[in-house]
Amino acid sequence: MADHPLPDAGVAHRWLQSMLLIRRFEQRASELYAAGRIAGFLHLATGEEAAIVGSVGALRDGDYLLSTYRAQAHALARGTAPGAVMAELMGRVDGLSRGRGGALHMADPAVRFMGGYGIVGGHLPIAAGIAMAADHRGLDDVVLCHFGDGAVNQGTFGETLNLAALWRLPMVLLATNNRAGSGAADPESTATDLLERARGFGAAGLRCDGMDVIDTYNVVAEALRVARRERRPVIVEALVQRARGHSAADPEDAPGDEEQRALRRGDPIATFAARLIAERVMTEEDRGAFIAAAVAAVDGAVAFAEASPEPDPATLYDHVLVP
Amino acid sequence: MSRTIRYREALNEALREELARDESVVLMGEDIGVFNGAFKVTEGLLAEFGERRVRDTPIAENTIVGVGLGAAMVGLRPVVELMTINFSLLAMDQIVNHAAQMHFMFGGQLRAPMVIRMPQGAGHQLGPTHSHSWEALFHHVPGLLVAAPSTPADAKGLLKASIRSDDPVVFIEHEHLYGQRGEVPDLDTDHVVELGRAAIRRAGTDITLIGISRQALVAWRAADLLADTHGISAEVIDPRTLRPLDLDTILTSVRKTGRCVIVEEGWPNGGIGATLSALISEQAFAALRAPVARVTGADVPMPYARSLERAAFPQESDVVRVARATCEAPARG
Repeated sequence: MADHPLPDAGVAHRWLQSMLLIRRFEQRASELYAAGRIAGFLHLATGEEAAIVGSVGALRDGDYLLSTYRAQAHALARGTAPGAVMAELMGRVDGLSRGRGGALHMADPAVRFMGGYGIVGGHLPIAAGIAMAADHRGLDDVVLCHFGDGAVNQGTFGETLNLAALWRLPMVLLATNNRAGSGAADPESTATDLLERARGFGAAGLRCDGMDVIDTYNVVAEALRVARRERRPVIVEALVQRARGHSAADPEDAPGDEEQRALRRGDPIATFAARLIAERVMTEEDRGAFIAAAVAAVDGAVAFAEASPEPDPATLYDHVLVP
Repeated sequence: MSRTIRYREALNEALREELARDESVVLMGEDIGVFNGAFKVTEGLLAEFGERRVRDTPIAENTIVGVGLGAAMVGLRPVVELMTINFSLLAMDQIVNHAAQMHFMFGGQLRAPMVIRMPQGAGHQLGPTHSHSWEALFHHVPGLLVAAPSTPADAKGLLKASIRSDDPVVFIEHEHLYGQRGEVPDLDTDHVVELGRAAIRRAGTDITLIGISRQALVAWRAADLLADTHGISAEVIDPRTLRPLDLDTILTSVRKTGRCVIVEEGWPNGGIGATLSALISEQAFAALRAPVARVTGADVPMPYARSLERAAFPQESDVVRVARATCEAPARG
């Protein structure tokens, strides 16, 4: 991590605040899930905060973001109000999707977050379509589409990469590789290296340390630049280590538990904060204040969500068709 | 004033007019450009509108639909052609899990104004993977609109309405109809047929025949036979769209005639006829003088041999036979 110079203090603080907000939000969401106050699925991104905040931080306002089913983290990183995210997790009417989507299906088009999606690999062609439309209109907006390494064996992965390379679509596909697609070890499901595959399809391939917010930012910024300027898809493989199971309901003792514990010690937030203090870009007091702000923001989000009613059953048929 | 043109020409006119009218309309599909479309529906459009608007795609149905969907979410109006309805099964994830639910699952924030065109139907000996009739599969899905035009005029007018719709439309054409001719309003009229309005093809008093897709024409010809040969006055209804469904027109007719036969090319289990029969029984039972009857495709994969294929989908004679039996059934007392 020390290889990269720090960004200016304002940016560094924003990244840390964003990562702290996601971590705190997911801690509370996890507790609420355990207490039965959040139902259905809850896929946490704990440990992936640097990969999310670093990559989203590299976007322009006009760029688009799509994510997997860990959508709460991506929405927060893009600037969505935490209360609307929490309300959706709790199935309330003031949730981002008005209680229709739940954790797997949240979008905030106002900040060009075009959705988290529940079908592994299902959002890849959609991301390409958004890139096609931007390109079609002569705009230089780029699409950043997060996906998990488990998606690379879906048909949509190869189909989308081929089409994106063929049509020179400006998109960056960011694979968050936790080397554990839903619990299976990576080599058991995937025969070849991801970046080799990318090259085979005519896409550029880059790799970043997804546990390092600065490295992720730098590499994704370069990928976005290439996609925007050269009109071609770029694959970025962000190597990460999630600190929990696949879903909040899954066992945490996944294969490679010892490695997980080791990497947990290399927590991306703690590491980044320690460096900011060591290099005098942040004081201990600042850190305390940032943590307190994250706690307060999440408390506010929970209060907002709890004050919001469940959707009225009389509205069951709303939003099936455009009125 | 009107002209007589073919069904495929009517579709071509609809695409050309909407491409010219609205910059956001784009066409995508396998062989739709250089090759002019597997059934020549897109003939000349690449030359006229260029490869930005008329895009040949790789063979990758699920991704073609998904790319169209993504483009629709940010304001384009893509018309995606799938070469046959059988290939739509490869795209079911994008059609059902994504396009149909896009508006709903994000609480109304996103829209999917796209059309997915596909031909269906038997009669050309194309065998089990190229000639089924599956309007029932899409009719099952909330969030989709489903059109199945049987005449050139409806093909044009419904396609134009579908392209202008803000919801995703599965637009089901019929391979056998592409070469059929019919009256279509002149080019200087903006001929749009509203989705959700059934057409009464022929007025009658003794029995209601409801025909789906190509079978609307089969029912129409059967009605002529019933009148000429058997003295039975049949009213023929073509729903034209299945979502939304114009149930009022159907119920009004059945309340008048008291008898109903539904004719479709698809399989009987969970078919359109099964649904319409249930709706009629639920809402017009008192008016029924005989059980609602169905004439459907046979409950088998579509076979290749001419003799077998012909036996596997409804013919006029089947409709005449079932209609006569329904009319001869003793009235309920």
